[in-house]
Amino acid sequence: MAEKSGAEILVQTLLDLGVDTVFGYPGGAVLPIYDALYDHPKIKHILVRHEQAATHAAEGYARSTGKPGVVLVTSGPGATNAVTGITDALMDSIPMVVITGQVATNLIGSDAFQEADTVGITRHCTKHNYLVKTPSDLAGVLTEAFHIATQGRPGPVVVDIPKNVQVAEAEFSSHNNLKNTRYQPQIDGDFKAINEAAEMIMNANAPVLYTGGGIINSGPKASTILCELAALMGAPVTSTLMGLGAFPASSKQWLGMLGMHGTYEANMAMNRADLVVCLGARFDDRITGRIDAFSPNSQKIHVDIDRSSVNKTIRVDLPIIGDVGRVMEQLLAVLKGRKFTTPDYEEWWARIKGWRATNCLAYPESKTEIMPQEAIRKLWEATHEQSPIITTEVGQHQMWAAQHFDFEKPNKWLTSGGLGTMGYGLPAAIGAQLGDPDALVIDIAGEASIQMNIQELGTASQYRLPVKIFILNNEYMGMVRQWQELTYESRYSNSYSDSLPDFIKLAESYGWTGILIEDPADLEAGIKKMIETDGPVLVDCRVAKLANCFPMIPSGAAHTEMLLAPEDVKGTMDDNAKALV
Amino acid sequence: MHIKEEQVERHVLAVLVDNEAGILARIAGMFTARGYNIESLTVADISADHAISRITIATNGPPHVIEQIIAQLDRLVPVHSVRDLTEAGPHVQRELALVKVAGKGDNRIEAMRLADVYRARVVDATTESFVFEITGAPDKIQTFVGLMREVGLVEVGRTGVVAIGRGPDAA
Repeated sequence: MAEKSGAEILVQTLLDLGVDTVFGYPGGAVLPIYDALYDHPKIKHILVRHEQAATHAAEGYARSTGKPGVVLVTSGPGATNAVTGITDALMDSIPMVVITGQVATNLIGSDAFQEADTVGITRHCTKHNYLVKTPSDLAGVLTEAFHIATQGRPGPVVVDIPKNVQVAEAEFSSHNNLKNTRYQPQIDGDFKAINEAAEMIMNANAPVLYTGGGIINSGPKASTILCELAALMGAPVTSTLMGLGAFPASSKQWLGMLGMHGTYEANMAMNRADLVVCLGARFDDRITGRIDAFSPNSQKIHVDIDRSSVNKTIRVDLPIIGDVGRVMEQLLAVLKGRKFTTPDYEEWWARIKGWRATNCLAYPESKTEIMPQEAIRKLWEATHEQSPIITTEVGQHQMWAAQHFDFEKPNKWLTSGGLGTMGYGLPAAIGAQLGDPDALVIDIAGEASIQMNIQELGTASQYRLPVKIFILNNEYMGMVRQWQELTYESRYSNSYSDSLPDFIKLAESYGWTGILIEDPADLEAGIKKMIETDGPVLVDCRVAKLANCFPMIPSGAAHTEMLLAPEDVKGTMDDNAKALV
Repeated sequence: MHIKEEQVERHVLAVLVDNEAGILARIAGMFTARGYNIESLTVADISADHAISRITIATNGPPHVIEQIIAQLDRLVPVHSVRDLTEAGPHVQRELALVKVAGKGDNRIEAMRLADVYRARVVDATTESFVFEITGAPDKIQTFVGLMREVGLVEVGRTGVVAIGRGPDAA
């Protein structure tokens, strides 16, 4: 067997694992790896402008392609800058492998230049992490890292490699990779539990399917099975933010998103249901609202691949541990085996029809200002036939996009759900565009969020990525302002976006096309121009400044206590509610 | 507004883990990160090839938190198994303490007499001090240390609890 340097082993192993794209930024502690990459053009290295963006781009790539995202950054600041994206990937269960350079093993602990305790810092924001102390361990560790990142509940894995380990040599052949045995998550659901679930479904009078990001993670097949299961059950379907697209929004059974900014019909259905079937979701606080008032009269089935998600916030009657796609397949087989026929749930659907009649997503119309909801709706009308990939930043625009942009397929909606990271959307769009060069990729952004990773305009220019950014510019950190209006008597402390750049000129300086839309009458033409313009385009869409995102379940309230319109807002909140996130 | 506290119960967990660098930080850090309590934690490798360590954790929390602690431990990659010994039934808990007592006269005699009653062994002696070694369940050690306070306790070191289920089967 030939001896190779650690850096060479790393690159060769990445190739063996099928990696073709790496998002990164060079630096002192990864120079040997970058030198090895120089000889391997098969691995496309995307040079970002900030390490945080490398992680979000890898997330966008992973979320839209289903393949793990790979990041390469240097030690110290390179690694610490990546921490936000790593945490984001942990919260949203995104498969990602982050390779960080480290100072040489003999310097570790000496406060060396660009030294940081990367393994210590990332221990609790990764699914697992490693410090590799000898080049002979590298291939095995990397193989296990990819296995852990992608199997079970996906997540980020950090591999920290000291510089001398990159330079030192060890024996290596492509075929000596270890067989992983120590991490083997449960895939199939327990057969007895599946039968019990079937029993509960057959006895339900008012069931609802509550789906989440787990279905997307399970792969496109899981979405197909979900449609089959929903059709057989005849039950309404709602989804978390992360699960949007797993079930087609055009279906009659679709209730829209649930939770804090979910639809009235979805939240009321959850509240009044007698059976909640939770598929790959985790009863997050944005979903449940006040815990003791969450779906009080239902039996609950929870399908999750991660046992620690079960009974974490909401007690369930029947947990099923396994891959949600596989479990739904098993459930479908049992229901068919028992000759289950689709009930009409006449009374249940009649009640849902009543809730739908509130038309909770309606918004005031205006001839003088562009309503942000209207802008999203028009964007959907103009693009949905091309099945675009939509990314978002975080805030009001994100929720409006979730409410007003309808998704028909999985892997088309990329958003930072769990961590709520402003600055996610642009790099994620870059990652998604690299994963699918022909797709129409649009980052729906706010003027505040977009500035958090605005430097990535340069990355898109460099790689000729025709990413579109659609900024809903209301000159406020809109969601912060909305909460201040609702909770703190409109005391708008530091939520105004002062000293904004001229986004058009900024875009143009990076070689992008900039389009300004100010007048409602120009909205459709502006969107059309954005789509028809080749190359990257930034749209600065000036929208109504003080629009609020409704419906909304205020902090500490129950699903039945939704605010549907501005007139429901009181402007104050008690301390218990204020203390909630 | 006031912050509410919940009723807690004490549980002893036996955790088998890969004996690798950082495993203790991973486990202890997970407890801190998620706001769980550690009453005591002991760790030593237990396999012939030094590949596996057994960590015994005494923790406390409301039942739903204990359930989460177990699930959170179980999903760490280097963790092989987690057993809640308190839940599993009858088990033996033992702890070792080294207790240094200094003094002369009656206190010295009383210390020796109490040590005898509690089956503590003398592992070091001078004309004005003893070091006792005592093993037993944590409450026995607690009581013994309390008594020693009255007769000249100067220092105490405790190992923290190790535990194992009763009967022929492995946990």
